[in-house]
Amino acid sequence: MLSANMVALAYLAASVLIILALKGLASPESARRGNTFGMVGLFIAVVVTLQLPSVQNYAWIFVSIAVGGLIGAFTAKKVPMTHMPQTVAFMHALVGLAAVFIAVSAFANPVGYGIADAMGSLHVASRIELFLGTFIGAITFTASLIAFGKLHGSLSGSPVTFSGQHLLNLALGVVMITAGVMFCIEPSWMPFLIMLGVAMLLGVLLIIPIGGADMPVIVSMLNSYSGWAAAGIGFTLGNDMLIIAGALVGSSGAILSYIMCKAMNRSLFNVLLGGFGGDAPAAAGGVKEDRPFKSGAAEDAAFLLKNARNVVIVPGYGLAVARAQHALKEVVDLLLKQGVQVKFAIHPVAGRMPGHMNVLLAEADVPYDIVHEMDEINPEFSDTDVVLVIGANDVTNPSAKTDPASPIYGMPILEVSKASHVLIIKRSLSVGYAGLDNDLFYMDKTMMIFDDAKKACESLIQALD
Amino acid sequence: MSDALLVGDVVGQATAHAAQVVGQSADPFVMSFSVFVLAIFIGYHVVWNVTPALHTPLMSVTNAISSIVIVGAIIAAGPLEMNLATVLGLIAVGLASVNIFGGFMVTQRMLAMFKKRS
Repeated sequence: MLSANMVALAYLAASVLIILALKGLASPESARRGNTFGMVGLFIAVVVTLQLPSVQNYAWIFVSIAVGGLIGAFTAKKVPMTHMPQTVAFMHALVGLAAVFIAVSAFANPVGYGIADAMGSLHVASRIELFLGTFIGAITFTASLIAFGKLHGSLSGSPVTFSGQHLLNLALGVVMITAGVMFCIEPSWMPFLIMLGVAMLLGVLLIIPIGGADMPVIVSMLNSYSGWAAAGIGFTLGNDMLIIAGALVGSSGAILSYIMCKAMNRSLFNVLLGGFGGDAPAAAGGVKEDRPFKSGAAEDAAFLLKNARNVVIVPGYGLAVARAQHALKEVVDLLLKQGVQVKFAIHPVAGRMPGHMNVLLAEADVPYDIVHEMDEINPEFSDTDVVLVIGANDVTNPSAKTDPASPIYGMPILEVSKASHVLIIKRSLSVGYAGLDNDLFYMDKTMMIFDDAKKACESLIQALD
Repeated sequence: MSDALLVGDVVGQATAHAAQVVGQSADPFVMSFSVFVLAIFIGYHVVWNVTPALHTPLMSVTNAISSIVIVGAIIAAGPLEMNLATVLGLIAVGLASVNIFGGFMVTQRMLAMFKKRS
């Protein structure tokens, strides 16, 4: 058995390894090593905890780890990359639920956690910590479940709004805090369960008004919550390693939420109030006029691409929906073979979660060093012969820069209209999430190719071969 | 480089801060809170250095990391006597294990896909 100091030092080592796991993600090469550091860190944490004198129930604990581990490993092997957003949302729910169970368990048996006074009653500080840990965990749990449902399509992605919604949430918030205060004064089951139940209800109500388009922000925000929930449990147990790990995850999720909000030119407050972007696009703003546009066949597009010096491809989520990544990769290979320089341009909200499009392209064997972020690639568009836009819309809309009346005015976009030629593969002239017409479609330099992304790529392959 | 220095600076401050607090034997909560705030600073600096291309693996690995609550779950499940507290603890051990195995393995799977041009 390890002494208390040895345990604390082992936990410190685990904390450092966890920090290194995040630090590794600065580049793909170091990330793989970082991931191993993270695994070793968690392994140390679990082994050291298992040898604590109070832990005796080995058989059952190993059964739980084995069952959970098998489910986790199976999911990790099988889940399609397009399903990563809902998978991550579901995992946030599990962290939240685990935090709730641990908090209830700590309340049922405070002596076992060493958080009780001589009379077997909870310390006041522990009551507050338990209250915070439980309600953050409970909100994370139900909010993530709703986010999972919306992302997976088992729930409608449309915002659910009703009158008095914010008032109801406020009232529930007040009830929850009142129950929490009562619990801190006199720790009994009644206020604890009220607080727990109301927190779970609040988790549902906070996410239902948020539309599909805002899900990248919400997934990041729940990522942050799951970290704070872990830190909350750390405070309850007086365990610095949990506090460190929780704080790291909490700040990571907060930064991602900020990046996503910035990329959509929305404030977090505005996202949380909800109502933006449903399953079906909203009606186009203003009068939609019939404007002339050019359209062409895959052969015309192939001719332009083949004769270009350099091509920038702008993929959007429509590409993944059509499962066209692999076909697109073939197009890229053919172009590279013909000496055309090819790059990808990724808008931060191109996928359904931060960095999603990068993973989808990596899965299709697109090398990551030709995939560029918005800020890197934007200065290069003016020197680009052909831009190929596939399954993306709002993130290329020039009105975000030029039209102060546009709802997306101020949103950072990929400045594809600066290129010499623009090819757009799209099924129709329909509007995007923001419900806006895109001036890019009607420019002289633009050619529309009306087809499904996958079919269009297959036709391009034939025409290029 | 400047970020690494900043993190070093934060750690330095933590040490100085801890020494000062130990002398006055502050409340354990205050100690934990200091650790919490400093860890947020480290998280802030480390995460801003993460390349945007790896934001999805970042989210899946942070899932595995926040499942470090398994430590609390194991303590809850620890006693041999089966009651509400231990049963909930065992379920929490299982839930956290799903995330630890799932989170690290799916991250590994994604990272293996990121290849340079050959």
